[in-house]
Amino acid sequence: MPILEVQNLRKSFGETLVLDDISFSMEKGTALSIIGSSGGGKTTLLRCLNFLEKPDSGIIRVNGETLLDASASGKADFQRNIRLKRLHFGLVFQSFNLFPQYTALENVMLAERMLAKEQPDWKERKQARIREIREHGEMLLKDMGLQDRMNNYPHQLSGGQCQRVAIAHALALNPDILCFDEPTSALDPELTGEVLRVIRGLADRNTTMIIVTHEMTFARDVADYVIFMDGGVICEEGDPREVFSNPQQERTRQFLSHYSQ
Amino acid sequence: MDFSQQFPIVFASLNTGFLQTLRLFAITLIGAIPLGLLLAVAEMSSFRPLRMLIKTIVWIIRGSPLMIQLLIIFYFPGLVLKNPIWGSGETGRFAAASVAFVINYACYFCEIFRGGIQGIPVGQEEAGLVLGMKPAQIFFRVKLLQVVKAIIPPMSNEIITLIKDTSLARIIALQEIIWAGQSFLKGSGGISGAIWPLFFTGIYYLAATGILTIVFAKLEKKLSYFR
Repeated sequence: MPILEVQNLRKSFGETLVLDDISFSMEKGTALSIIGSSGGGKTTLLRCLNFLEKPDSGIIRVNGETLLDASASGKADFQRNIRLKRLHFGLVFQSFNLFPQYTALENVMLAERMLAKEQPDWKERKQARIREIREHGEMLLKDMGLQDRMNNYPHQLSGGQCQRVAIAHALALNPDILCFDEPTSALDPELTGEVLRVIRGLADRNTTMIIVTHEMTFARDVADYVIFMDGGVICEEGDPREVFSNPQQERTRQFLSHYSQ
Repeated sequence: MDFSQQFPIVFASLNTGFLQTLRLFAITLIGAIPLGLLLAVAEMSSFRPLRMLIKTIVWIIRGSPLMIQLLIIFYFPGLVLKNPIWGSGETGRFAAASVAFVINYACYFCEIFRGGIQGIPVGQEEAGLVLGMKPAQIFFRVKLLQVVKAIIPPMSNEIITLIKDTSLARIIALQEIIWAGQSFLKGSGGISGAIWPLFFTGIYYLAATGILTIVFAKLEKKLSYFR
């Protein structure tokens, strides 16, 4: 059974159709790259998956469970349990969106603490839970190579370090699917390497990921499957080696030619 | 009576007046900060008529002189409605002045709060949402401190202005420090025709604004650990 199934997703902003009948699925433990020119709908797709936008129609299914049937559900249905639905997905933003008043470690711990607080056993196990959450946060940041930076505030970190904190942030709640929205687009070229290395490490450990990126070499190397989007539709999809070396569609060829020069 | 004889009498009277000034200052802050926050929340409501209502109120209050508002609030019930709710004593004048100041300053604070809240990048809210946080958690745990940091400079401006604005309550004869200083012109405590007590009130305002400046600088420094 696929971990994620998206069927006939459609979204428009006013008159502009941004996503036109998007359908795809992915298996657990695989990495999916979405490429395409800006304004092609890639970011909107990720935002729909994370319930930051409400699709006009379409179905989103995770592990066989229908999280959203947009055509059937009104606004109230969309909002119901929206928090729990979101927890299936993690999202790493282009602009990091770390919380400036918290240290790297506090940033990573915050969401988990908020969730733990809602558990019935929070009061009697508070100290133990906080210790567990702290250890989990420390482990995640060590994984990101940030063991020396845990107590720094975001403004004291480089862009690459911020983005790695943001990845730990997103991993803290163990999402089924981790989404990246152009994770290196806001970084200096010399800082993209450290972020891509971390994402590559996650792929090696079979983290289920959707990566929207303009780093073509990276998309080809890391992804198990690639989708090329243009004008709100999926133009071409398949094995990255196939799509990158032998694109079938004229539009894909055009797009990729900009990167091969 | 020479200066050395006048001074203790004036000093005692100005102190009493300044105490009233400080009372009005404190009451205004205590009332206008929560009211301003309430107005700001209402002004950000998705219900358009409510937004328009708040915008209109803010326009009227910020667009007309506080002195006129003081006069209307103090005299309107008695002279127009024939229902003198404030009475004729100092307590009534203080109550009327408090109402005018709270309403007036709440409107200024409302705009500062709204600007501060809306100035937080939308990415902060979205980051909280995708991490499964509730809207209230996002407001209190993520946004609030950033808002406080952002509004300290404009708030310090308003609050320093407030301590001086309290002197406007002189117009309804509230016995604050200007009233006390002025009384020695006409004659009070055996002193008359003395202008220096009125000039001397400036020292009190300078001392108060000096303290406020230091307090706000400290607060700003305390929140400078993040950007």
